[in-house]
Amino acid sequence: MDNQIRTDRVTRFINTLNQAKELGLRVTETTECSLTLCLPYNERIIGNPDTGVIHGGAITTLMDTTSGSLMLCALDVFELCPTLDLRVDYMRPAEPHKPVYARAEVYKMTRNIIFTRCEAYQESGETVANCVATFMRIGPEALPKAYREKITGGPV
Amino acid sequence: MTDPEILNYTRETGDFSRLINSIPYAQFIGLECDQFGDDLIFRLPAKDQNLGNPVLPAIHGGVIGGFMELSAAIYLMLAQETVRMPRIVNFSLDYLRAGLDRETYAECKLTRQGNRVANVMITAWQKSRSKPISTARAHFLLED
Repeated sequence: MDNQIRTDRVTRFINTLNQAKELGLRVTETTECSLTLCLPYNERIIGNPDTGVIHGGAITTLMDTTSGSLMLCALDVFELCPTLDLRVDYMRPAEPHKPVYARAEVYKMTRNIIFTRCEAYQESGETVANCVATFMRIGPEALPKAYREKITGGPV
Repeated sequence: MTDPEILNYTRETGDFSRLINSIPYAQFIGLECDQFGDDLIFRLPAKDQNLGNPVLPAIHGGVIGGFMELSAAIYLMLAQETVRMPRIVNFSLDYLRAGLDRETYAECKLTRQGNRVANVMITAWQKSRSKPISTARAHFLLED
């Protein structure tokens, strides 16, 4: 699997998630063990109207989506892995009117559990938030074949 | 974060509409809040745009997190006697069950209030309160 295939898979996947579409999430980079998504600035997700800073919930969704979609890059066979838990540390408010990026990587994978970490940052390079999460592997069979084919773009 | 005048109005009337209308993200996900005596119950009505997994379908885990996080912040703002704006430090979330495409509720509890930091527990459920879909813990920094 090359990076173009990974990008296509992740793009097709996040396009099936209404909230990810609503936020305008898009793929900026994929590797065999990492994924970067971008959250564009949007006035509708502001948490603090005085400063224009976006709400932490949008960053949580960005990081959950990035960490959860990472499995499409890290596993050859598409498995949807439900999130078990997620911990977010907020380092600084995201600067308004600028996109936020999240880069997630798998740091340990077992038969049942996948451990990820993720960093949200902006173009200046400043970290906005850090997140560690665990995901449960429920196997590819937990999803209908038609949906898996839609995401992988071919027969599974 | 929020106009003290709006906060006082909310405290006095128990009407959360002005407070919620002043926070764009609250409207983005559709958060609502009802007061029953001293208790606050936060609500997230079913909404197509909040879905993640299309197969179940289920609410996006991030939206559940955002809903609980915002509920905790509003709860804490109202629990303060003076106008102190909580700033979130961190947030730890356990997903216990899939959040199905239906109304979700959340309740908060102030576990510990220090001089500068507050610890809030949040529980979210759907049909049955005894079957939570998620529990969370948040730390907030309080600034004058």
